[in-house]
Amino acid sequence: MLLRINQEKCQGHNRCHAIAPELVNIDDYGNAHEREDGVVPPGLEVKARLAAANCPEFAIDITE
Amino acid sequence: MSRSEIRQSAEPVTDWATDFDHARSEYNENAPEIWAQLRTECPIAHTDRYGGAWLPVRHADVSQIAYDTEHFTSEDVVVKWVRPESSRPIGGAPPITSDPPFHREARRLILPAFSPEKVAALEPEIRQFCRQLIENIGNVDVVDAADQYAKHIPAAVIAQMLDLPVEDGDKFRDFVHTALESISEDQEVRQLGFQKLDEYLDLRITERSQNLGEDLLSFLLQAKIYDRQLSPEHVRGTVALLLIAGIDTTWSAIGASLLHLATHPKDLARLVAEPELIPTAIEEFLRAYAPVTMARVVAKDVEIGGCPMKQGDWVLLPFPAANRDPQVFENADEVIIDREVNRHAAFGLGIHRCIGSNLARLVMRVAIEEFIAKFPEFAVADSTQVTWSVGQVRGPRRLPVRVIRRA
Ligand code: HEM
Ligand code: SF4
Repeated sequence: MLLRINQEKCQGHNRCHAIAPELVNIDDYGNAHEREDGVVPPGLEVKARLAAANCPEFAIDITE
Repeated sequence: MSRSEIRQSAEPVTDWATDFDHARSEYNENAPEIWAQLRTECPIAHTDRYGGAWLPVRHADVSQIAYDTEHFTSEDVVVKWVRPESSRPIGGAPPITSDPPFHREARRLILPAFSPEKVAALEPEIRQFCRQLIENIGNVDVVDAADQYAKHIPAAVIAQMLDLPVEDGDKFRDFVHTALESISEDQEVRQLGFQKLDEYLDLRITERSQNLGEDLLSFLLQAKIYDRQLSPEHVRGTVALLLIAGIDTTWSAIGASLLHLATHPKDLARLVAEPELIPTAIEEFLRAYAPVTMARVVAKDVEIGGCPMKQGDWVLLPFPAANRDPQVFENADEVIIDREVNRHAAFGLGIHRCIGSNLARLVMRVAIEEFIAKFPEFAVADSTQVTWSVGQVRGPRRLPVRVIRRA
């Protein structure tokens, strides 16, 4: 599974990081960046989907 | 603007679709019902009041407008009788009143001070302050959770960040009243209020310039945009924004959350038993009781949802209404404290996303944790005594609760 954050859309609501700190980092300006090139380690798929489903800006895409 | 125009705002509303008035007390008192009715009857309401304003209630329209900075300017974000003075792209309180491209610079300046790690450092002091407030309330049966508790917390937090005296909290709340609540009051009274705010800030800014510290105000006094120091008006506008944007918003969010708990004993008992659920519950309180409605001014004629919006019209952005749109949220009018999928827009959408969102969440969590730890059972004492704010920030202002059990 891959998690991608669209930098054009991300406005730093920080929901994804609150839900899945294992998967995203937040920079000084609040914007989220995927860790490990977005590769979701086994066991974190549910968190990845929840992070995407809670992003107010629809900035996160998940591909299987 | 004539006297009769001001008084017109005092006229009762007979039809919310064609003559709404968000500054009448019955709007905030009944907002979810009004939005639900508009959603089915007329999802973009209009009023001739305020010189002409629109009120979209669907998530799709609210987000389309929030993302469209070409047709909508932020030069004024509080709908009122006075027309905005043209001040694009900076506006009177950057970055909230700024448009691209300047907006990005003004915003990036203050974002780092509000990062999750920076605000996390404030937690022990916020907690201490909440505990002290509860201790000061004493061993009484009835506590006003809004007026004796919620109201004091955000002012103390922002005072600390700016290194202003915590005792000035009442002054800050007067400024907030001037900027946000007094929209239908006499213009001269408002002007006087703004003058007081400017005088207060000018004095503090002058003092601080001679005695710089590690606080946010000192930082702004030394900050640069396009390699130039900020103008005194920019510093003053941003500090005014931080005072105004952070106070009654957070106070309303804490108050609305406590009102929910005071009327839903099962939810209260569950959060007392499972405090780890509080962050999830807070997102749901933020969705269902989102306190902030923003506004834009139409910069270029445009059609939204079939409505012809003309240059100069006001447009309200009720994120709280978008948060209850059944197209986006299942059981939108139900408050489900363990709702897992919750894409709410309480902190806005697009480039103006609330800079204080991490701080607001922290303050809400600590305030609620401390209140329910001390008062694990409480209920509204007398529902006729509960009052709501007036204007674009919505939350309870009087909230007497009876303490049923204390820890
Ligand atoms: C629960 C509490 C709060 C809510 C619901 C809230 C809501 C909002 C919303 C909806 C916006 C978007 C404005 C727009 O689209 O025009 C906004 C902007 C802003 N808020 Fe908050 N706010 C809260 C607390 C705070 C706090 C505590 C601070 C800081 C002390 C703060 C500072 C700001 C600033 C500086 C902006 C302007 C951002 C920009 O224009 O780029 N807010 N807020
Ligand atoms: S939730 Fe969405 S907007 Fe917020 S930081 Fe994550 S990706 Fe960005």
